[in-house]
Amino acid sequence: MSILIRKDTTFIVQGITGREAVNLTRENLDYGAKIVGGVTPGRAGRDVYGVPVFDCVRDVVEKVGQPEGSIISVPPKFTVDAMIEALENGIKLIVVVTENIPRGEVAQAVELANLRGARIIGPNCLGIISPDEAKMGGVGGPAANTRQAYTKGPIGIMSRSGGMTTEIASTLTAAGMGQSTCVSIGGDAIVGTSYAELMPLFEADPETKAIAIYSEPGGRMEAELAEWVKENNSRLPIVAFMAGRFMDEMKGMRFGHAGTIVEGKEDTTAEKIARMEAAGISVAERIEEIPALLKKRLEEKGN
Amino acid sequence: MRFYEYESKALFAKHGLPLGDRAVVNSKEEARAAAEKIGGPVVVKSQVLSGGRMKAGAVQFADTPDEAAEKFEHVLPIVVKGEKARSILIEAKSKIVQEYFVSVTWDGRRKLPVLLFSDMGGIDIEEVAESHPEHLSRTHFSTFLPLTPRLAKEAIGATGVTGSDLNRLTPIVYELARLFLEYDLTLAEINPVGKLENGRFIVLDGHVDMEAEARGKHEGLLKELGIGEDETRQARPPTPFELEGARLNAVDHRGVAGNVVEFDGDLGLIIGAGGGSLTLFDAVRKHGGKPANYCEIGGNPSVNKVRNLTKLILSKPGVEKIAVMMNVVSNTRVDIVARGVIKGCVEAGKEPSEVITIFRIPGSWEDEGFKILAKHGVEYCDRSVSMYEAAGRAVAKLGAS
Repeated sequence: MSILIRKDTTFIVQGITGREAVNLTRENLDYGAKIVGGVTPGRAGRDVYGVPVFDCVRDVVEKVGQPEGSIISVPPKFTVDAMIEALENGIKLIVVVTENIPRGEVAQAVELANLRGARIIGPNCLGIISPDEAKMGGVGGPAANTRQAYTKGPIGIMSRSGGMTTEIASTLTAAGMGQSTCVSIGGDAIVGTSYAELMPLFEADPETKAIAIYSEPGGRMEAELAEWVKENNSRLPIVAFMAGRFMDEMKGMRFGHAGTIVEGKEDTTAEKIARMEAAGISVAERIEEIPALLKKRLEEKGN
Repeated sequence: MRFYEYESKALFAKHGLPLGDRAVVNSKEEARAAAEKIGGPVVVKSQVLSGGRMKAGAVQFADTPDEAAEKFEHVLPIVVKGEKARSILIEAKSKIVQEYFVSVTWDGRRKLPVLLFSDMGGIDIEEVAESHPEHLSRTHFSTFLPLTPRLAKEAIGATGVTGSDLNRLTPIVYELARLFLEYDLTLAEINPVGKLENGRFIVLDGHVDMEAEARGKHEGLLKELGIGEDETRQARPPTPFELEGARLNAVDHRGVAGNVVEFDGDLGLIIGAGGGSLTLFDAVRKHGGKPANYCEIGGNPSVNKVRNLTKLILSKPGVEKIAVMMNVVSNTRVDIVARGVIKGCVEAGKEPSEVITIFRIPGSWEDEGFKILAKHGVEYCDRSVSMYEAAGRAVAKLGAS
């Protein structure tokens, strides 16, 4: 088991003929993904590594059938349109790779996704991987690199940084701890799916025994997770790594991702760490501490 | 990206919000002339991006044009939280009988915009939220459904305001919410809206933040307001070093080797990507190192771009050593970064093996990259050395030299 994607999850790539999209199409195919079509307006009839290209999502649905998911890798100004197109054509899982999208457009797409019973991951993310099952997005890079860093096992990962998703997975793999599903949730101020919104999925996945998260200054997502954990008496131990501690002294400066800025007291790493610890989440100071902390928490649980 | 008060007010005026007569001035003479034209008492306000003007004495009142000129000279040199005045705003002083607060911002958890309204304006709104919660309403609204004045009426009415006050406030509050959506703002705030003796309302102070990502969509407005393309409008203005970093990063579109922020330490950092940079910067500091800069590389930048960044960092006085570190990379190629930093060192007239304290970038094309580094005698490591440990090695070398 895993969450969000399985071996046989079908999906498309919107913007498939773009440079980045061509790479990630190949990487996903090499990892075993079932990419049933691609979309680039005006490029119908071509193919990308054997994946047929269509002018619009509707044509994919008509000609090859209803895909479950879509990766969106189009320029920022076309992204909101691509998200709406996917949602209006019955796609239920959308991974948005593109960055630099104004949050008003993300919010619009999220509202529509809620109406359509669909889920958006990202924007500004590297997607999802269920090791040895499938991946959807650029997470882990080429298939050989992906296999080196990610192995199947009991740990779920959620991360506001795509690169750090792989760093954590690689560290866990080296310590003999595999992963169930790893989600790069995106680094923007408003993302389609937050930590707390993924928790019920991990909670329901029997394969997942514990969670590792990567977090940063800015936003209220860690506070939301802490509340969720307290209110739902979660069975899953969580270990969080908090980056950007230096930013607590640098209010109003933006570093790293668009969502990473300390505007008020609640945005600081100190405040986030305090809230998470109060909810029973272990906070690691270094990435390499994560495996030992997870083991300790799992042993306490009798696993 | 924050607007100055005078820019926020220009945006409000463009959309018909009620404002007092006002002028932006840059000299004593202009101040006097503006006060004369306005007639009657005026407010003399320093134009800075940070809050706390009142406390710093950078907002003054004047009854005559001569006094306005005097107050101009008094306010102009005042530094507010390290920031000098951009200009001075002279505005008619109105007699106010009550003050209101209106603000629109994003709720990242609900993923919706939220309208805040209070009939206790002019004071710290967090204080109102704590001690008089019934005087502060929070109304979420859709980005999806048509925006109508209904939203404003509900928000205002929720604080107990009714009668003609409700009807006269509604268009102001509605228009602010509309502007928020139309211009991709992250904050649109009027504090306070003042009620005049004749029962009408006027915007007294305003504050607008536009999302940096949306600048391209609103070029026309920014031009109209006179906001330059190179104005970052962050907590502090960019340094020449940072501007040069941005320029070099923009030279070609492939990947990122930039987002440079200057610090006053002696260890140059070539780090990435978004999350990796935050992690590594913390790690260097934890080991007692003093970074000369923050930066990001990612998205597979060209050799040229990495070379330029390396040369820029090595050009900073006092920087003799650099550390090149990233998380395990997927789409950035290790060999390309290795080539870029070595080229940069050589072109800066330095020996790569002397300058580069550690190269810790594991991941795609690492074998090719490590081969290049070995050839130049540069110390490198793979993923078996943690990011934290790599930062420690870099800092230790600095201490030893």
